[in-house]
Amino acid sequence: MKKIVVILVVFFLTVISVILFLRPNEIPQSLTSQLKEKYTQKHVPSVDHKKFTALQKNFSHPREVTEVCITCHTERHKEVMQSSHWNWQREEYVKGRGIIHIGKHNAINNFCIGVEGNEQSCAKCHIGFGMTSDLKALTDSTNIDCLVCHDNSDTYVKGSEMAGAPDPKVNLSTVAQNVGKPTRSNCGVCHFYGGGGNNVKHGDLESSMFEPSKDIDVHMAVEGANMSCVDCHTSQNHKMKGKVYSLSSMNRDRSSCEQCHTEAPHEAAILNEHTLKVACQTCHIPVYAKVNATKTEWDWSTAGQLKDGKPFEIDDKDGNHTYLSIKGTFKWGKNLKPDYIWFNGTADHYLLGDTIADTSKPLQINTLNGSYSDPDSKITPVKIHKAKQPYDPVTKMLIQPKLFADTKGEGAFWKDFDWKRASAVGMAEVNLPFSGEYSFIETEMTWPINHMVSSKELTVDCVECHSRNESRLAGLNDFYMPARDYSPLIDTAGNWVIILSIIGVFAHGSARVYSSRKQKKGASK
Amino acid sequence: MKKQVYIYRSFERFWHWTQAFLIFFLAATGFEVHGSFTFFGYQNAVEYHNIAAYAFIVLIAFAIFWHFSTGEWKQYLPTFTNIKAQINFYLIGIFSNAPHPTKKTVLSKLNPLQRLVYLGLKLLVIPVMVISGLLYMFYRYPQKGSVVGLNLETIEPIALFHTAGAFALIAFIVVHLYLITTGHKPTTNLKAMITGYEELDDDQGEKPEKTTTAPEPVKTEN
Repeated sequence: MKKIVVILVVFFLTVISVILFLRPNEIPQSLTSQLKEKYTQKHVPSVDHKKFTALQKNFSHPREVTEVCITCHTERHKEVMQSSHWNWQREEYVKGRGIIHIGKHNAINNFCIGVEGNEQSCAKCHIGFGMTSDLKALTDSTNIDCLVCHDNSDTYVKGSEMAGAPDPKVNLSTVAQNVGKPTRSNCGVCHFYGGGGNNVKHGDLESSMFEPSKDIDVHMAVEGANMSCVDCHTSQNHKMKGKVYSLSSMNRDRSSCEQCHTEAPHEAAILNEHTLKVACQTCHIPVYAKVNATKTEWDWSTAGQLKDGKPFEIDDKDGNHTYLSIKGTFKWGKNLKPDYIWFNGTADHYLLGDTIADTSKPLQINTLNGSYSDPDSKITPVKIHKAKQPYDPVTKMLIQPKLFADTKGEGAFWKDFDWKRASAVGMAEVNLPFSGEYSFIETEMTWPINHMVSSKELTVDCVECHSRNESRLAGLNDFYMPARDYSPLIDTAGNWVIILSIIGVFAHGSARVYSSRKQKKGASK
Repeated sequence: MKKQVYIYRSFERFWHWTQAFLIFFLAATGFEVHGSFTFFGYQNAVEYHNIAAYAFIVLIAFAIFWHFSTGEWKQYLPTFTNIKAQINFYLIGIFSNAPHPTKKTVLSKLNPLQRLVYLGLKLLVIPVMVISGLLYMFYRYPQKGSVVGLNLETIEPIALFHTAGAFALIAFIVVHLYLITTGHKPTTNLKAMITGYEELDDDQGEKPEKTTTAPEPVKTEN
């Protein structure tokens, strides 16, 4: 008998040790260290542009620089002119719409609404010069602004409202001799300031990412791997990987965590199983807007108030605008927990001229598709930006107002503060009808959160989702999740069965004790 | 005359106590996974629960083998004779020190109610727990280009069966722990399951069957 017990114990221990041994734990570790080694190697350029005589001269206009660039890089301008950075639009297939071109010319957002009619001002973030409303500038390759992306001297600055031209103070000769691979500042100067200020749009892309600490972003941390944007957003022939779903619609050319980390990067199998339904970002970006606030609400309906006939602004204690006469009322948020949605990489957008089907509920400016039952969908963290913006209650179209103009009297809202006039002029510029009436409608825009990745120790803990109360995924109700979900019927019935068992046992036990005492008493009498 | 009889053999005791430990451990970790409380930490609870589940399955495999090889499975054959008397005993007789209506012997350790309850556990509750538990571990979400196999759209029904079974087991344990005290003396049954020996009436308590695996001596009461 004892032998059998010993054999069984040995057997159990063997089984358990085999199970423990079979669990993989070494491979991901070595992958991470390989990646660390790869991305901490400093990039050494193959040429020194200072030595090129063609660049050692005084340039009077940036177009001359571009012409010189093309003399060596003879085909690159063709690539650039195919890119969405240049065209501000892409060809996309959208279910229900077919193949269409989506871009800044027909999309609308719920921040500054749109570029149409405002190109001179918006071109500060276009990789070209001489931007005009008719977009003729886009056909001339000498309008390409090579320097805004390739300046490594950190001295190139675009001028305000100069249709994309650099500030006249910039020394083009210095810049031209210091070109190279794009750095964080090249990308950040536009992408961190989208929407008219730092971190207004994205929430996870902002000025703290120029020189981030490890707490802000584990990949880009200056004291760590110090990675730049283009390490992940790789490019081929000037076509960059990575999408922003304010404009993109198709699940292609995305930059993903998996391109380096694989789909099973964890030591624990239970975590790797999650990657089928949960995007990496969901657990690894616990909060966004870690340093500076991001805009969460924008109410255009209050815009236009004047003090002594002049526009004014109100700021909060951090210096964020909470009211601007030209733009309305804002709300900001810092260290925000993301919202979560099912997302399969495809999206639809409200496009200029679309009629709003239901004006009683918030209009989705962009609809990110996905559901639990869709095998391509993963739970993805997003920022949802809410707004109230002008629409035409008769035609049921969002209004593209004329916002910017050089002088008063052209109908621009930012000069004349007249919604009706700005709407009429703006809608005429995009060839859309305007009834003469305007109102404000609530809108929502969804921005996937992909940056500000936290270190391993700070990832979202299991119970932040797997919990009855305050689950991060409380809003995703189309599936059963252990710990969050239960059947009230089974849990109530189960609890009562246990409670009644305990009561029954105590009642029966007490009766036994009572009766046996009585019998003893009776016996002793 | 009464006699100390070797009634629970060592494997049976090993099986019983290991199972008892595993059920307690599985309940503790399982209800943490269910979201009822926090103790081990969620990820630990899941991992411990899975390891304990494998151990339980191995134990069950040995127990099944043992039951059939020793013929002990016959102990669980349901019988309805004496069942009314047994119910009357628990409801009435027990309070007036009436004798147990079913005599406990080596060949028939279980009274008719025990037979029914244990058979229910072995044929219904444990299989439901094992099957739903294995499905819980090994189901897959439908994936593109995958063989349908174990594809499940949702774990909801699996989880609900597994939870219901867990409640049933806990209720069983509550009652089981209490009924231990209803032996000849309150500690008689507990001692028997620990030592293997129980004092039984001599006219029925025979020597254990001579089997190749359990040639244990019979102690006589001094």
